[in-house]
Amino acid sequence: MKNITYIIFGILFGIVLTKAEVISWFRIQNMFQFKELHMYLIIGSAVVVGAISIQIIKALKVKALNGEDLQYGEKKFTKGFIIGGMMFGFGWAITGACPGPIFAQIGAGEYPAFFTLAGALTGSYLYHSTKHKLPQ
Amino acid sequence: MNWFFEPWNWYIAGPIIGLFVPAVLIISNKMLGISSAFDHICMIASPDAKKAIFNFKEKENSWKLFFVIGITIGAIIVSKFLSSAPLHFLPEHYYSVPGYAKLFAGGILVGFGTRYANGCTSGHSIFGLSILSSASLKATLSFFAGGLLYTFIVSLF
Repeated sequence: MKNITYIIFGILFGIVLTKAEVISWFRIQNMFQFKELHMYLIIGSAVVVGAISIQIIKALKVKALNGEDLQYGEKKFTKGFIIGGMMFGFGWAITGACPGPIFAQIGAGEYPAFFTLAGALTGSYLYHSTKHKLPQ
Repeated sequence: MNWFFEPWNWYIAGPIIGLFVPAVLIISNKMLGISSAFDHICMIASPDAKKAIFNFKEKENSWKLFFVIGITIGAIIVSKFLSSAPLHFLPEHYYSVPGYAKLFAGGILVGFGTRYANGCTSGHSIFGLSILSSASLKATLSFFAGGLLYTFIVSLF
């Protein structure tokens, strides 16, 4: 039952990402070339709405639907946030896809994105195989 | 309702994306994020990967597998039923062997980079910034620094 909830969340998220064209290589190019504000405005307005929601949740001490305390917190900073983050930025500009949009591109029929996905899985495996040698 | 079948404006899509932060948190008590789904798929695909990814937080992260299946279905629904014109998200030159190689190489950077940075656009730039995390701000600035640097380098040639 829980898994169905996650799939429904995914379907709705996939619809919004695709309708907003944030899964488009062209939109990503336009963002990094400062040709249009579309992506910046989407991310910016999403963060504003998300941040206001979190403040309301805190102020009203909202609990999860099942009565548990909400579990969220800041991730611990490592050097990987900078080095890995920049690597991801390169990959984002090349492929026109961050992780969610890879799946959305495939769903939208852009089948070369299967190569992006294969690369991403390989990259994840490479990271975990080498992480003990990387600066943290 | 014609706008619905056209590409959505930022002021419609952005706030809806932002609402996923409280929705997923309150309904499922999960932090929005996607990139650790790569780890999970790797673990399913290969016993070697399972050994390498020894500290995977299954309880916290396994929902993302269903989330990305949903994202794929959502995109199918949009392309089949909710668009007034055929959708094109990748340029023509990616439909070739060199194009596939470029996407694969870029994909490696996306996979390696997001795992090393412990998050991607959804986990750091949307969720992380929404909880005012300074670590996620540094990650987000690095994403953009990388993308802008790559775009600048390409523009030189």
